[in-house]
Amino acid sequence: MTTFFNLTLAGLSSGAVFAALGLSLVIIYRATRVVNFAQPALALISSYVAYSVTKGTGSYWLGFAAAIVVGTVLGIAVERLLVRPLRNAPELSPIIATMGLLLVLQAVAGMIWSNEPHAFSYAFDFRGRFSAADLFAVLAVLVTATGVLLLFKFTSLGLRMRAAAFNPEVARLLGVRVGVMLTLGWGLAAAVGSLAGLLAVPPFISPTVLDEVFVFALTAAVLGGLDNPLGTIVGGLALGIGLSYVAGLLGPELVPLAALAILVSVLAVRPAGLFGRATARRV
Amino acid sequence: MLNKLPPVVVHLLAALGCLVLLVLLTFAADPFTNLRIATVGYYLIAVAGLALLTGFNGQVSLGHGAFMFIGAYTVALLVKRVPAFPIWADLLLATVAGGVAGLLAGAAAARLRGPYLAGATLALAVGLPAVTQRFPELLAGSNGLSFTVNSQPAGLVGTIPSTQWQAWIVWLAVLLALVVLANLARGKLGRTLRAVRDDEVAASLAGVHVGRTKILAFLVSSACGGLAGGLQAFLLGTAAPGSFTVALSLSLLAALVLGGLGSLWGALWGAIALVYFQVWTDDIAEVLSLRSDISDNLPLALYGVVLIVVVLAFPAGIQGGLRKLWVRVRRPVPSQRGEAS
Repeated sequence: MTTFFNLTLAGLSSGAVFAALGLSLVIIYRATRVVNFAQPALALISSYVAYSVTKGTGSYWLGFAAAIVVGTVLGIAVERLLVRPLRNAPELSPIIATMGLLLVLQAVAGMIWSNEPHAFSYAFDFRGRFSAADLFAVLAVLVTATGVLLLFKFTSLGLRMRAAAFNPEVARLLGVRVGVMLTLGWGLAAAVGSLAGLLAVPPFISPTVLDEVFVFALTAAVLGGLDNPLGTIVGGLALGIGLSYVAGLLGPELVPLAALAILVSVLAVRPAGLFGRATARRV
Repeated sequence: MLNKLPPVVVHLLAALGCLVLLVLLTFAADPFTNLRIATVGYYLIAVAGLALLTGFNGQVSLGHGAFMFIGAYTVALLVKRVPAFPIWADLLLATVAGGVAGLLAGAAAARLRGPYLAGATLALAVGLPAVTQRFPELLAGSNGLSFTVNSQPAGLVGTIPSTQWQAWIVWLAVLLALVVLANLARGKLGRTLRAVRDDEVAASLAGVHVGRTKILAFLVSSACGGLAGGLQAFLLGTAAPGSFTVALSLSLLAALVLGGLGSLWGALWGAIALVYFQVWTDDIAEVLSLRSDISDNLPLALYGVVLIVVVLAFPAGIQGGLRKLWVRVRRPVPSQRGEAS
């Protein structure tokens, strides 16, 4: 019973990280109908920046702030330079372009900081069952997610962002600056993604450290229906707990395959995700 | 005259011609270059398989390295456990194993589209190599299996270098598989695949069984992946999880996009680029005496840049460019309606 309890607690903090990275994918998907496969690389670069700043200044929190700022700027740059030129391209194009960006950024990270892993510190003490670091991860993600949900639901900016994503043409007629809204969405998403990266990376950072986490985050986002922030957060936490059971009871090497199994079986029953709405296709 | 023959005969004749040319080429090349020629061969069949799935059928696979993984381990296990089998039987079984895996993946993926499918196949690429950790006795964990294949006939040992023999075997298998692929792509299946890619609803109204077509595309494509992995294992004498990273799957996609999505020829340009990018970046790194951090990551950075530039600026890839050039050469005076596309 204690094992079960421990696994649940461990799953909760990793699930919070999946939820945060998944949330960043969902924000982008809502804004521009693109799954940003470069998201783990953006989070990776900002985590490396945090590593360097922390190493230089000795302050974890300066590194943390630098990472969020750099992540936001990167997200904005990617939307402007890479995604916007492809807005009328076939569905495959943005997938391939963001994949390309993933390769470039991972390679650049390896060039600057080397492929060897470096130690990356936790925000707080990480020892023991549900440590201070775990608590921080869960709280940080919950606060951020609540903030994002409130922003979308109750502010004029959130309303404009939703309008720009939902129907760009009509939104433009109503005076919404659609382009700015989409860019803001990408910036916001990249900031949330950077937070997820900072929480997911420890104890060691290396260029491919976020690959698995990204697969889990994508699974969480798909479970939530790809355009449902609340569904993604619930999906991420549930996935974290479920995968923690798999790791504890069956073996950690099966975790990615278990995520795949969950993904495929959920999509087989509900092709638009657990919380997504089915959309009609027109001929 | 060639137009009158049935396509299968034309394809077989073309394959035979290519094989003769390649055999001649291997006599002119040193052992190291022969190894590269063979490497181009197995990448070619992997990328060509992906072309059928992604280019013709519009299903994105970010996990084709997983099928190469299956093929490579099939050959490795057969060579080690069933040494009585000849190498062609091992390669055939690797193809079958890839196909069976593709059948399962295709059946699971038939209802997924776009980003959902991309995510699921990515999960496969990340998850599958970890299976080796699960069965360390059978699959030897992260060290992988190493073995020696004695496929060279006794009469040829000593007369030609082993890499030359390997290049022949690889290209024989690859060309045979390409003949099958080219026939499928030209025939009814090719049309059905494109119909499903362009509009699923319209295709199903026209009597096409959409789900079955998508699964079939997956099956053929991953059988090619299995063969490619089997050939890689045959060539290198090892099968290790470290060779089947996500980066491999993405490089295959990069090669496909660079070569041009809509044709099997594109796969050839992509496969050549895949091998020679590595060679060139190694050369550049040596000339500039770059740090290993930089030189190790240079090929990946280059693939990434190529993906982005091609998608932004040349969506038709190398083959698209060549076709445009060909049209211009054949018709020096542009027609009234502009270029044929």
